[in-house]
Amino acid sequence: MKELDIATLQKRFQEKIDNDIKIEPRDWMPDDYRKTLIRQISQHAHSEVVGMLPEGNWITRAPNLRRKAVLLAKVQDEAGHGLYLYSAAETLGADREETIDDLHSGVAKYSSIFNYPTVSWADMGAIGWLVDGAAIMNQVPLCRCSYGPYARAMVRVCKEESFHQRQGFEIMTTLANGSPEQKAMAQDALNRFWWPSLMMFGPNDAESKHTEQSMRWKIKRHTNDELRQMFVDATVPQAELIGLTVPDKDLKWNEETGHYDFGEINWDEFWEVVKGNGPCNKDRIDTRRKAKENGAWVREAANAYAEKRNKRKAS
Amino acid sequence: MNALFEYLVRLGDDSLIIGHRLSEWCGHGPILEEDIAMTNLSLDFIGQATSFLKYAGEVEGKGRTEDDLAYLRFDRDYRNLLLVEQPNGDFGMTIVRQFLFDAYRKLLFERLIHSKDETIAAIAAKSLKETKYHLKHSSEWVIRLGDGTEESHQRVQDSLDTLWRYTSELFYADEVDEKLVKDGVIPSMEGLESAWKASVNEVLAEATLKVPDNNWKHEGGRKGMHSEHLGYILAELQYMQRAYPGLEW
Amino acid sequence: MANKEWPLWEVFIRSKQGLNHKHVGSLRAADADMAIENARDVYTRRSEGVSIWVVASNNVFASNPGDADSLYEPSDSKIYRHPTFYEVPDGIEHM
Repeated sequence: MKELDIATLQKRFQEKIDNDIKIEPRDWMPDDYRKTLIRQISQHAHSEVVGMLPEGNWITRAPNLRRKAVLLAKVQDEAGHGLYLYSAAETLGADREETIDDLHSGVAKYSSIFNYPTVSWADMGAIGWLVDGAAIMNQVPLCRCSYGPYARAMVRVCKEESFHQRQGFEIMTTLANGSPEQKAMAQDALNRFWWPSLMMFGPNDAESKHTEQSMRWKIKRHTNDELRQMFVDATVPQAELIGLTVPDKDLKWNEETGHYDFGEINWDEFWEVVKGNGPCNKDRIDTRRKAKENGAWVREAANAYAEKRNKRKAS
Repeated sequence: MNALFEYLVRLGDDSLIIGHRLSEWCGHGPILEEDIAMTNLSLDFIGQATSFLKYAGEVEGKGRTEDDLAYLRFDRDYRNLLLVEQPNGDFGMTIVRQFLFDAYRKLLFERLIHSKDETIAAIAAKSLKETKYHLKHSSEWVIRLGDGTEESHQRVQDSLDTLWRYTSELFYADEVDEKLVKDGVIPSMEGLESAWKASVNEVLAEATLKVPDNNWKHEGGRKGMHSEHLGYILAELQYMQRAYPGLEW
Repeated sequence: MANKEWPLWEVFIRSKQGLNHKHVGSLRAADADMAIENARDVYTRRSEGVSIWVVASNNVFASNPGDADSLYEPSDSKIYRHPTFYEVPDGIEHM
């Protein structure tokens, strides 16, 4: 087979993308495409795994057996989703352990929402409703992402996540219809999680350095601002339905555009949290690092045993 | 005293408390795959607790639900084994606790599926399927850690020595058991202890672990006398129900 | 070897009796037994399977995508392998 020059390979690659033909692990791909994917998929995986912690915080305090089982199953799903995603990143040559070490050393990022504390039971509702709601906005288009293993992982994730948002909204609805203190608890959770949820979609389009290229590669299908608007449009009526108030005095329906106008996001806060200065950044990473360190002897023992057993079999 | 109610609460509380302990691991496991595995165990136990306590409430006939029983009793009214309330410790401690308990539970359910009480038989049948998998999982880990590295061997041997003192309680029997056996509700548990010892010894031998010679007995859970640890479990478990009495969640 | 990562395994699940095992993803495990159990816990949390295969990823040999033309295109011209290539007289409904 004759050697193809890079320009031809690039052209064929982009043609495939333009024709919605999926790229698979062993296909030729530009280095930057690979790098962008590894960055995005591993960030996504880290978000799932770090995202277990704020909710995990309430598992032992869930108010009844049903809620406890549901919450546990949901947090477990997040571990599973982290795993599907690490597995997708491994198809690009990104070794899981190295990827995780990047998280622990602060090189790799994860969704900044998980650096906010969960201080009441209502936060389990707010996270399911808002955070999973925002995540679904992001994830549904990713099911059509140009990279096969990522798209397939996202199909699985989206299928499984359909219950996550519902259970969150169910908690919020129960609280909103409950006693005055329960309703206050729900409103307080909405107040704290609303703005960080809007930040989950990332910086405004004008500030987003990766968006344009990612859209051309069909890694991304919508811009940050488009997704954010979709989220606001979908969520505001839900809040109204259960009698909670979205904490934004500039929020109003715009007849002309057919969308909600909403207030300015506090981007200073966003960048501070991204930089590591959110309320829980240090706790979250310390917890993950500790889990890994405490498990080192276990992983090592399992390796040693597997090796011994192989030797015994061979002899 | 209603012997059947008492017996069901014992079964339910074992599942409730060990399920609670396992749920503490969620997000902190030694590797993501094992985190998921432990959560699966925990979910199985919460399911079992729900079934047993629901039935206990029905048998009692005072209108208490499974949640009332799980969340609104005082410590002296919990009837779980001391073994299952012991702290997680390191992963090896959790695995050893699980293994000792699973080996007992499997043998117990193998008998309870023959209960003349159809509800007990049905819950036992479902739980037995889960327990067989739990035991396979915990046995394999005991062997891996016991026969792994020097460090892992030492750690699980220490855990085994620590937890062994709580194993005689697995075979605790009193007038509750006597009555139910006599009434033919549950089958005789004769031979349970020797069968347990045989199955545990086999795995421990493969794991190159030494069966502890400490035969000191710690008992009390079945009568509501617990270790200091249960109080803290209940403080978390009951927090919401105690802080906001009588609300729907 | 102190901190050696567990090997990677590819997971294949038969979702119900009568279907092929299908690749669903990968995971890490120290040995095959563990890989099977982890696969059960990770990939069949919603009863997605009745049978699991695991294959150590380094035992998977793959065709080179650059050869796709020569491997698969020739069969595109073998239309006689497809039933619609043949004419069936009117009056015969199922064949």
